[in-house]
Amino acid sequence: MLAKRIIPCLDIKDGQTVKGTNFINLRQAGDPVELGKAYSEQGADELVYLDITASHEGRKTFADLVKRIAAQINIPFTVGGGINELKDVDRLLCAGADKVSINSSAIKNPSLIDDIAKHFGSQVCVVAIDARYTQAGWKCYLNGGRVKTDKYLFEWAKEVNERGAGEILFTSMNHDGVKTGYANKALAHLSEITRIPVIASGGAGKMEHFRDAFTIGKADAALAASVFHFGEIPIMELKAYLKNEGVSVRI
Amino acid sequence: MNVAIIKYNAGNIFSVDYALKRIGVSPIITANKELLMKADKIIFPGVGEAGTTMNYLKENKLDIFIKELKQPVLGICLGMQLMCSHSEEGDVDCLGIFDTEVKKFTPQIREDKVPHMGWNTIKNTSGPLFRGFEQEEYVYFVHSYYVPKNDFTAAETDYILTYSSALHKDNFYATQFHPEKSGNIGKRILKNFLDL
Repeated sequence: MLAKRIIPCLDIKDGQTVKGTNFINLRQAGDPVELGKAYSEQGADELVYLDITASHEGRKTFADLVKRIAAQINIPFTVGGGINELKDVDRLLCAGADKVSINSSAIKNPSLIDDIAKHFGSQVCVVAIDARYTQAGWKCYLNGGRVKTDKYLFEWAKEVNERGAGEILFTSMNHDGVKTGYANKALAHLSEITRIPVIASGGAGKMEHFRDAFTIGKADAALAASVFHFGEIPIMELKAYLKNEGVSVRI
Repeated sequence: MNVAIIKYNAGNIFSVDYALKRIGVSPIITANKELLMKADKIIFPGVGEAGTTMNYLKENKLDIFIKELKQPVLGICLGMQLMCSHSEEGDVDCLGIFDTEVKKFTPQIREDKVPHMGWNTIKNTSGPLFRGFEQEEYVYFVHSYYVPKNDFTAAETDYILTYSSALHKDNFYATQFHPEKSGNIGKRILKNFLDL
């Protein structure tokens, strides 16, 4: 049976792992390659490396780090941040990344999704969506949550699917960093209206939150950062717990 | 040991290179037939589309060449599919090493997403690639087309239906999953291949 995936996310700034609380106040949490290797040994199913300053400062992505990761990590990993055109994707895939994650650039130029799918295959293209629940519904944001857009989460997710994305990585800005659980209702709706895997992101604080993302939120994968970085939830323990709760996981 | 990775217009052959280096083997990546002939082991990786890839292999006369190889050959993912006789992807005739079709997954229920992507188990494993395997193990898959069960099936996986996740015939071995991305289990499979 296909396993539900546990994905530690490593936010990278200046070659180091950091994690923000509600997208600000960054704290240091170790060397990205060593951390990735440790996660892989603990049973992580995939890794996501996000160059979080890239879209903000216009910095080009971190191909050298990606090469070091690819050389040492034996599970799939996704990289994101500062990917604006096909040649950025090509460079990262050549450095050894398995998938790329695009966010702001997809909203600004949606045909980038079609182009990536056509040139490299849908499986390479993860579209990350940062959204906040407002009085007007779920609204999408750009540049790490700094800029509000006129796009609505569910419409955008459907469009992303139709354009050929391989996966959707949905971060609820309301839930991110506050550790009270994932946005399960929105996740379940995303799963219903799209035909591609949905990765839950934002809100993990306890092991139950992961279970709920899979059972109530119908997510295919759950991503988290600080609970893993600071050892609050060891991945092995989490997986044993999920298995016991009837969730199909790789152990 | 002299290991070669067949270089062609397929994506991400680097991860196979890295995986072998982690085992302590430095492969050569080449399309040079003389160098390939001299290799003890050959890996035929692949991420891409069957039709265009077959055209490329034919133009470079790699199609007949691969079929006639005598040393152990390991096809991975698209590499495995191209070793079959025909693929629905691009409706193209392939190498015909394994006399079987490659078909597109047809979702049966809402939860059946295509591509089949992520970690799934292999069962009923047989042959040298899976030496030492005693239980179902998880490996990493990314694919939209599959090989049905047939006489050469060396491992099976359940997704939408039960299909061949590995094949074996004579000196030809193939996996639908990516051993190079399948953690320590994948490493064991690659080691088993190198130990042939």
